[in-house]
Amino acid sequence: MHYFVGDLGHLFVITSFITSLVTAFAYYKATTVDDLGKKTEWLKNGKTGFYLHAATVLGICVTLYIIIGNHYFEYHYAYNYSDLKLPVYYLISTFWNGQEGSFMLWMFWQAILGIIVIQTNKFWEAPVMAVFATVQAFLASMILGVVIPGLELKIGSSPFILLRDAMPNAPIFAAQPEFVPKDGNGLNPLLQNYWMVIHPPTLFLGFATTLVPFSFCIAGLWLKKYRDWVRPALPWALFSGAILGLGILMGGYWAYETLNFGGYWNWDPVENAVYVPWIVLIAAIHTMITYKNSETALKASIILVISVFVLILYSTFLTRSGILGTSSVHSFTDLGLSGQLLLYLLFFLVMAIVLAVVRWKEIPSTEKEASVYSREFWIFVGALTLCLMGFQVLMPTSIPVWNKIVGFVGIQGNFAPPADQISFYSRIQLWFAVAVGILSGMGQFFWWKNVDQEKIKKELLPPALIALVLFALVITLGKVYDASYILLTLAGVFTIVANSTILISLLRSSPGLAGGAVAHIGIGMMLIGIMFSSGYSKVVSLNNTGRMISQELSKEFNRDNLFLSINEPRKMWGFEIEYLGERLEPRYHAGFIRKSDVVETGDKDAVVAKVDLTVEGKTYKAKDTVDIRGENTYFEIQLRKGENTYSLFPRAQINFEMGTGGLLASPDIYRTVSADLYTHVSSVMRPTTEEEWSKLEEVKVKLGQEFFANDYVTILESVERVLEVDDVELSSDDVAVKAKIRVQGEHGDYFAAPIFLIKNKLVGRIPDEINDLGLRLVLMNIHPETGEFTVGMRTRQKDFVVIKALEKPFINVLWIGTLVLLAGFGIAMTRRIREFRKMKEKGQEVV
Amino acid sequence: MKKSHILVLIVIAAAIGIIVTTAGDASTYVDFEQAFAMSTSGNNKEIHVVGELKKDTQGNIIGIEEGEDRVSFSFIMIDDKGKEQKVSYNQPVPADFTRSEKVVVVGSYDDENFKASKILLKCPSKYQEEQELNV
Repeated sequence: MHYFVGDLGHLFVITSFITSLVTAFAYYKATTVDDLGKKTEWLKNGKTGFYLHAATVLGICVTLYIIIGNHYFEYHYAYNYSDLKLPVYYLISTFWNGQEGSFMLWMFWQAILGIIVIQTNKFWEAPVMAVFATVQAFLASMILGVVIPGLELKIGSSPFILLRDAMPNAPIFAAQPEFVPKDGNGLNPLLQNYWMVIHPPTLFLGFATTLVPFSFCIAGLWLKKYRDWVRPALPWALFSGAILGLGILMGGYWAYETLNFGGYWNWDPVENAVYVPWIVLIAAIHTMITYKNSETALKASIILVISVFVLILYSTFLTRSGILGTSSVHSFTDLGLSGQLLLYLLFFLVMAIVLAVVRWKEIPSTEKEASVYSREFWIFVGALTLCLMGFQVLMPTSIPVWNKIVGFVGIQGNFAPPADQISFYSRIQLWFAVAVGILSGMGQFFWWKNVDQEKIKKELLPPALIALVLFALVITLGKVYDASYILLTLAGVFTIVANSTILISLLRSSPGLAGGAVAHIGIGMMLIGIMFSSGYSKVVSLNNTGRMISQELSKEFNRDNLFLSINEPRKMWGFEIEYLGERLEPRYHAGFIRKSDVVETGDKDAVVAKVDLTVEGKTYKAKDTVDIRGENTYFEIQLRKGENTYSLFPRAQINFEMGTGGLLASPDIYRTVSADLYTHVSSVMRPTTEEEWSKLEEVKVKLGQEFFANDYVTILESVERVLEVDDVELSSDDVAVKAKIRVQGEHGDYFAAPIFLIKNKLVGRIPDEINDLGLRLVLMNIHPETGEFTVGMRTRQKDFVVIKALEKPFINVLWIGTLVLLAGFGIAMTRRIREFRKMKEKGQEVV
Repeated sequence: MKKSHILVLIVIAAAIGIIVTTAGDASTYVDFEQAFAMSTSGNNKEIHVVGELKKDTQGNIIGIEEGEDRVSFSFIMIDDKGKEQKVSYNQPVPADFTRSEKVVVVGSYDDENFKASKILLKCPSKYQEEQELNV
């Protein structure tokens, strides 16, 4: 038992909580005290406090990593989320598998951001960091794991809890309190994916960065510097928008590659919970930029920046309090933190509202009505559209909350979220997307060209004409005939053309300002990419054999899935397609192993080679043990067209839990320039049930003679005496011979080695199987007088797999659009940081 | 009327529209009896039913039947009112299904049979989980 490291970790958690409270107080004092000397003192205290706090947060992470990395399975966290076989990078993702770890990650990022703010911004340090430290205190309280004596109130859930304390009812601990499990439960196989190593840190960095503009905004209201917080907050808002957007898209990409619902976005409450704050953040960025240029929309900026942060807290509450328990496919475990989470949300919601209301009258605003031909008007309309877009997602996602709220007034709310989420949200979001496309094209024109009533026709005509021509081309070539899709395409093409026009003229004059144009081109590409890849995704694995796969299955299943017997080519998507057999994945290096070439062992993660193998440069001799990932089975499917061949390896994780063998399929994707071919297995042979073998069939053959087994040319190559047989003890009187039988498959040879033995004068036969070909061979008898051997054969249905394949047209346009959008954010952020630095060098960081 | 007023009116109209569609397209939580009544009266809207899996006296789950080829299965669910119902699902058994403490099925009746289009699981809090330890 390693008690020390856990106690140390817990000590770090408690210290981090206390230091954050102390820091918050010191910075509060530094903000409110008038005396300059005292102010400096408090500032110093605050700074020291925060650095100390950051150090303890780092300490928490390091100690938890020591526990996971050294496999201290007496700790609940290590036991539940890791095991001895996990490689280092997945040990790191173990961190955020549990909720406690994700709170830590969040704190960790905010600690780093806090240090950056302290280092870069002297004027705003005190009030901004007061908000920061308060948020850190709330987060630290989530992992505090302290019970208040007397009240029996448990605050937070500690990641350093021992397994025996986490599972007090497990009988083993009553008998052996010092019991340490040999191995852990391991990481969820679905999360053993490189995207899951980088997606959560990115998303939490996104969450953490929304705190910065919020803190500046609160600081601005607090110090009554209503106009001045926008400049330092803007680069952070842009950074946040980029990182949060990147995090969301990584999640979508992970779902596309790993799950098998055939898409990247499911409108699940968990996805919605980050989508809404991101959309509102984008709206906030727009109003902040408008304010910087024309002194309008300040109040809107304040409301939106506050909303973003409150929405982040709200989404944390939704996803972690267990309130979504009956409305999301993600099964959330409730750690009993719902009260604390609600308090966290309400504290900042009420604090921000009260502060804003108190200061509202003093906030400067323009009385002048914005003209329809002004850029402010269009950007404001755009921001409103984005807000409504978020609102439309927020309302239904919150249905469980509405039920709870009406529950408090005694009404039994029985509303449930829409049954078909994807069509419900997509149907309405599509029209918002059309508006966003058109507005982002128009808005940019008004922004850069200062058009008025006379000039508008002249300026907008060329891009509108080019857009129409391109649009006509896309519609015709892409065969888009659905009215709403046609409009979406038009909106997407228009914003790409309009922004490209702006981009070209900007590149001549001032390329540093091109961020907005680039980002909007990205948005246009994403709209078109989403429209094609989702709207025109089509099943290509149509069952063209005329035979049903199974009477028991639905009509749709029989129509949309292709039954592939091993080594029997079929046609699909203009390719010749052929199933080549089951493959296993080596644990410690790349490549695939033919399942027929190895023998299973008692350990699901180890197999023994039957023959010499070479996998991606690594060689194994016959009888060597190969470490594999036992939970994964891959199915090699070859695509051939002319000279080109390409292999797909869709994966299935077969779940034997309690006898119900669920099949968890992950796709493999064949990428071409114009479309992705997305393929996953939908059914496989059942390895669990007893297969139906044919009657034994016998042939009498000589060495080297060819015969047919299950229609394959088969040769008895040799029969040799062996001195050892696995699992059988041989005495000097016993005889054992092993035959080597070669079977010529369609793609290379298979070998079987059945054994014939005489032990204690009794005959024994050990058959050998060739899995892929559905063939079991037995050496039945030896006839020394004629030099012949009797070989017995049993056959079963050949190995098969049922696949479903979808075509995802122009999905690359979506991914490229994403990158373009992020590049736009990058350019805009660089510009705003430069601007901020310049002002700072002039000593005008306040102004 | 000022332009800003028009804008405000449009936004309010849109917001009301959103709330109305939310309410209109929202599904409901019902028990099996209500769901059956809905389907016999011709209302085929998909609804949510909350319940538990049927267990024997030892706490083992009973009534799960797997379809041919593993791509579908059926199980027996007991709703909050205690009514038993066979539910069929056109997809494989979800991971953690047998460990769930509550099950939500989204779907509708097809004659006597409840067809689920989606299954949501609520898993027990990990602190109460009585799993077997890897000894």
